[in-house]
Amino acid sequence: MQSKFSSGTARITRLGRRGCDLMEALGRAGVFLAQSAIGIPSREGWRLWLQQMHFVGVLSLAIVLVSGLFIGMVLALQGYTILVDFGAEQALGQMVALSLLRELAPVVAALLFAGRAGSALTAEIGLMKATEQLTSMEMIGVDPLRRVVAPRLWAGFVALPILTVGFSVVGIWGGYLVGVEWLGVFEGSYWSNMQASVDFINDVGNGMIKSLVFAVVVTWIAVFQGYDLVPTSEGISRATTRTVVYSSLAVLGLDFVLTAVMFGGL
Amino acid sequence: MRRSKTMEFGVGLFMIAGILGVVFLGLRVSGLTLSAPSQSFQLEANFANIGGLKPRARVTMAGVTVGRVETIELDTEWYDARVVLRLNSELEGQLSRDSTASILTAGLLGEQYIGLSVGGDPEMLAAGDTIRDTQSALVLEELIQQFVSNMASN
Repeated sequence: MQSKFSSGTARITRLGRRGCDLMEALGRAGVFLAQSAIGIPSREGWRLWLQQMHFVGVLSLAIVLVSGLFIGMVLALQGYTILVDFGAEQALGQMVALSLLRELAPVVAALLFAGRAGSALTAEIGLMKATEQLTSMEMIGVDPLRRVVAPRLWAGFVALPILTVGFSVVGIWGGYLVGVEWLGVFEGSYWSNMQASVDFINDVGNGMIKSLVFAVVVTWIAVFQGYDLVPTSEGISRATTRTVVYSSLAVLGLDFVLTAVMFGGL
Repeated sequence: MRRSKTMEFGVGLFMIAGILGVVFLGLRVSGLTLSAPSQSFQLEANFANIGGLKPRARVTMAGVTVGRVETIELDTEWYDARVVLRLNSELEGQLSRDSTASILTAGLLGEQYIGLSVGGDPEMLAAGDTIRDTQSALVLEELIQQFVSNMASN
């Protein structure tokens, strides 16, 4: 009886500790973002940002563009087979453009970005921490938040919206290839239906806002997981996995909330 | 140093590609035109029933798009729908006072839009005027109801 009671309290204690740990981690993440994202970059910081843009943005371009092309082509193919039953295959351009701009481009680009760039950021910063490079930087009076973290954060914030635009453009072109060149939808109605239904502020603009939010969330999670991990080889592998899992869940969850606010008439 | 220059060049290209992409999405995909918004004027029209007409729907004349629907609201004085149309300024002072606005449907199940046709009155509509002669949307259920009641009375 006595042991049962104590194991019960132990369980409650563990639960409470876990809650406190979660709150602490959230607090650390918030302070971390505020400390590293604020501050004017120096000349040196500018160069570091450029380096990270190259790694995070330019080198992710290939996978994002190829995915965009195939997703646009598949959308056109699937949409055509459904729309042709209603004799509405002229609306193909509208369907491809709206689904890409509002939904697929921001979400899929963010998921790819989390897998391609986010996991690499976590592993890189994690290894810096494990090999005590971050501590050494502090020893010689260099702030690792500004030297290591800030350029990576800002590169992510800028790179993902650009990648999303590329995804949309290539996807719409892929839809054009399949719909117009292959399946024979009239070219004029592909573009004119698209132009009649797509609104720059409501569709393109809201897609961009989505992708900006995803950029902040994904980069933040990736960099924070790297900065906050247990500095062992196991810790690095766990943190890399967590980055991909957390950022995918965050992107999909936030996407629902943002869609409800933007298009759900809330 | 050499490597850093090509890297900078690559990042520059990447940013330019992003800007060009936004321009493409604006001009080609969403059909933005660079004309000033002042080149248009408003007309109002009251309809007994607008069916499925939505803001931003097309306004056409002889099938040519000449403007779009700006707002739709309930007129609490007459309990009908007041629709504000924004038309190209070329038509300002060109539409006669007895012009007709009717709500048409593209295809059987397509979107609804407004078709304008001119009358013969020598006086013209000015900006902000109301089109008196309107034709409501065709509501399929009402047609069917009419058809069924005609059948019953026969």
